[in-house]
Amino acid sequence: MSVTATKSRYQSAEFADRLRRRYAAERRFRLAGMAAVGIASLMLVVLLGSIVGKGYTAFWQTQIRLEVTFDKAQVEEGNTMPLLRQALYAVVPEVTDRAGRRSLNELLSSGAPYQLEAMVKANPALVGTKQTVWVLADDEVDQFMKGFIRRDVPESERRLNDIKIGALDKLAAAGAVKSAFNTTLFTAGDSREPEQAGIWGAIVGSFLTLTVTMLLSVPIGVAAAVYLEEFAPKNRWTDLIEVNINNLAAVPSIIFGLLGLAVFLGFFGMPRSAPLVGGLVMALMTLPVIIIASRVALKAVPPSIREAALGVGASPLQTVAHHVLPLAMPGILTGTIIGMARALGETAPLLMIGMVAFIVDIPHGLTDSATALPVQIYMWADSPERAFTERTSAAILVLLAFLILMNGLAVFLRKKFERRW
Amino acid sequence: MTTRTLTLTVAAKVALAVAMTAALSGAAHAQSRDQIRAVGSSTVFPFTTAVAEAFGKGGKFKTPVIESTGTGGGLKLFCAGVGPQHPDIANASRRIKTSEVEQCAANGVTQITELKIGFDGIALAYSKAAPHIDLTTEILWKALAKEVLVGGKMVANPYKKWSDIDAKLPNKDIEVLGPPPTSGTRDTFNELVMLEGCKKVKEVKDAVPDEKAREKACMTIREDGGYVEAGENDNLIVQKLTANPDSFGVFGYSYIDQNRDKLQCAKMDGEELTPEAVAAGKYELARPLYVYVKTAHAGVIPGIREFIADYTAEKAFGDDGYLADKGLIPLPKADRDAARAAAANLAPLQL
Repeated sequence: MSVTATKSRYQSAEFADRLRRRYAAERRFRLAGMAAVGIASLMLVVLLGSIVGKGYTAFWQTQIRLEVTFDKAQVEEGNTMPLLRQALYAVVPEVTDRAGRRSLNELLSSGAPYQLEAMVKANPALVGTKQTVWVLADDEVDQFMKGFIRRDVPESERRLNDIKIGALDKLAAAGAVKSAFNTTLFTAGDSREPEQAGIWGAIVGSFLTLTVTMLLSVPIGVAAAVYLEEFAPKNRWTDLIEVNINNLAAVPSIIFGLLGLAVFLGFFGMPRSAPLVGGLVMALMTLPVIIIASRVALKAVPPSIREAALGVGASPLQTVAHHVLPLAMPGILTGTIIGMARALGETAPLLMIGMVAFIVDIPHGLTDSATALPVQIYMWADSPERAFTERTSAAILVLLAFLILMNGLAVFLRKKFERRW
Repeated sequence: MTTRTLTLTVAAKVALAVAMTAALSGAAHAQSRDQIRAVGSSTVFPFTTAVAEAFGKGGKFKTPVIESTGTGGGLKLFCAGVGPQHPDIANASRRIKTSEVEQCAANGVTQITELKIGFDGIALAYSKAAPHIDLTTEILWKALAKEVLVGGKMVANPYKKWSDIDAKLPNKDIEVLGPPPTSGTRDTFNELVMLEGCKKVKEVKDAVPDEKAREKACMTIREDGGYVEAGENDNLIVQKLTANPDSFGVFGYSYIDQNRDKLQCAKMDGEELTPEAVAAGKYELARPLYVYVKTAHAGVIPGIREFIADYTAEKAFGDDGYLADKGLIPLPKADRDAARAAAANLAPLQL
């Protein structure tokens, strides 16, 4: 057979055409993929941008400097508001009428007297002396200083009247108004006064809840996964259990809240609003997630490891405990942390068990009334006071920081301990 | 070998179960309370929380825990029984119903003290940038009902623009942002605007003779875009109204009070929403707010008497009290005195 110079079929025009089309399809797919990632990133940037843009101002809070005389009689009586007011009147002596002075009173936060009391408690020698004190300004003053309340609208449409603005201008000119880091936001519990409201109570509540969740769901979840994956016989019953676990992972979280209400509050008579109950409910919610993630991680351990361990005489329990489980740990941890992060961001189940509530006191134990960080955000978002808008965004930033931290830890653990075969 | 590991796992599970039961029974014993618990309406929530915070700062008692569950859900919890596991106070944006009192009594809650604490008003607000217009409940009903009366028959709402209803109104599309059906403000809106507006159109009575059916027809809101369910977050509605001067929003008084630089209110039947008009009974889109106290808990749960005394003090719910700052419309003087007396004597509820 003579070799003629006919083109091989890999060089025919049809082939070149097909090849070109295949490359074009590939390019289109890549472009679509890049566009999808681009759109997602853009959304994320817009979301984060709007939250940061609205929230960053909440980390600063306006304070007013006053020369306060710590009058002995009134300090002992616990009635320190008049001392602050006298100091304020002294700055604006031209306002003498009752209505005007009432306006002046509203420049100061209703929490300001507690600052004085705390000062006296820390240093009793202050009584009877005159001190320079920076006290919290009212939230409306704060919003005004931040430029959120316009001064160029008629007086009747402003939350701050002319007397207040005049006094503030005078104080500002004297350098007696400053913007300081808002420590209250990180140290206080909830409050109806935005300038006194903080997220510490909610953070502690979330921490207590998640602790209970973790202590319950991790050991039970991992034990269940190990049993189902390594020991359980494959029969109709285990199939049924598997279907149910997968089902539970997809159940809306509010259902777990209803279950918590019926079982933990109704049947066991546990207290409402307690992190213990919240943790139990969240544990039920994260359990399927952990079981599924752990089973996947266990499945990924190559059978050769098990066979080698059994081959040198290890018992099945030793095989699992000494070899399979440690190798599966990074995957289990990742699944656990992602489940916990989901529990941290959850509010719906807490609604049913009374953790969506106004709670001022910082919880100290598992049965104290507590709320959680996302619940706090939800409640602030619903408050009419304008200063809560920025605080809502600030609280979201804190929650996001925690979530990034947890998910970052998951990625780190996976990168550090993951083994590839 | 497999059986041994199996027993081990089972043993581990039993241990866990025992630990859990121990934790559970431990919690069940920690039931006596030193903290007041209140549940109920999200409308009353901002006021009760403000009182609770001031009460807690007084230092003698722990700060009460206030839950926002909605009026109906709150009263259900409140009426579930007597004892520390049940709430002491229920906030309500309407009066307690006879059926609820009976439910209460069936569970042993026979003595309830009723405190009227003030009013809540709702209004139709819109951007400062738009020209001022005045409305009536009748116009609003025609603008928002699913079916309106045309030629003696109830038909699907034909009005697309305000000027279709009344030539004097602006030639703009009807767009009202309002609360979803889960909201207490929506209930008020349905009752005070839709039902009242509907009653003013006399012919509806002839078109739908059955009272129940008529009420339902009156209160059903259109779903073709004229009424936009804007979610529970009123701050968002404020933003949307500023962005779009042609639309209207349904608000409670506290939001209007906080946003007077951005929003203006439509006059309703010729009356402006002011605390004075509400207290005098001239502004009709207002409802009284109530706090119900479980009398049996007074003296058992510490601080209940003191708490309601604080609530009904002039510096709280009075004309210049701090609740007025939070957006509560104060009661007239005589009603305030009556509420204070009821709080002091724990006067039993009379329906």
